[in-house]
Amino acid sequence: MGITQILFWFLSLLAVGSAAMVVVSKNPVHSILFLIVTFFAISGHYILLNAQFIAIVNIIVYAGAIMVLFLFVVMLMNLNAESEPQKNRLMLFIGTIAGASLMLVLVAALKQSDASTHLVQMGGGNVGLIEQLGKALFTDYVFPFEISSVLFLSAMIGAVVISKKED
Amino acid sequence: MPIYNYIVLAIILFCIGVIGVLTRRNAIIIFMCVELMLNSVNLLLVAFSKMHNVEFAVTNPTLASDAQIFVFFIMVVAAAEVTVGLAIIVMLYRNTHSVDVNFLNRLKN
Repeated sequence: MGITQILFWFLSLLAVGSAAMVVVSKNPVHSILFLIVTFFAISGHYILLNAQFIAIVNIIVYAGAIMVLFLFVVMLMNLNAESEPQKNRLMLFIGTIAGASLMLVLVAALKQSDASTHLVQMGGGNVGLIEQLGKALFTDYVFPFEISSVLFLSAMIGAVVISKKED
Repeated sequence: MPIYNYIVLAIILFCIGVIGVLTRRNAIIIFMCVELMLNSVNLLLVAFSKMHNVEFAVTNPTLASDAQIFVFFIMVVAAAEVTVGLAIIVMLYRNTHSVDVNFLNRLKN
């Protein structure tokens, strides 16, 4: 078992374990911190796959910007105490069963397919480097790139309009 | 590493997100579970990109980088979505003094 495989299993266990803790933990601040750990584990997977640009963007945008925004909102609303006083046991049970059976169906369907034996190139390959992706982004995908700036502008205006106090 | 491992990992992460959306009632945690599902799909897209990089590098050289550009655009859309979604949650909290999704019916009238 090489270092790559050890890292793969370690990062997978870290991602799945902290993702489970996101759902389980009572305190929303703990949930957010566990989600940040999950994002770092997924970024480690990207680095193992030599997708360096995506790994860095994942850390900067998700763990940096989005999660800090979540943390800010939770702190702002003072929600870091117990927030779900009455629990619905039946909904908990049914939701868990539904999610587990979805997982069972997907894994069983995957077992049937023959495509699952293909190998993933670990490391190597220059496809994930910033040079390749920048070239693709500014030649083939320059129009969607510009459209995304309009999307950000509309999201900004939407956020301001929604959270404005009406009087 | 076979693609099978990556598909199973992404399925597990996605289903944890689904379970979170179905069982939790705190709107912020539901939102975070949606982010988790988006991230599992991103991981799968990158793994598929590196899988096809081996097989189609000669016949279709832009195929592998296209997948990673898609991941980039998913992140862009997720960032915009989080901005609007958190604004909606703040407004919900201001109106109902709770982020419990069961109390969303108070927004009537």
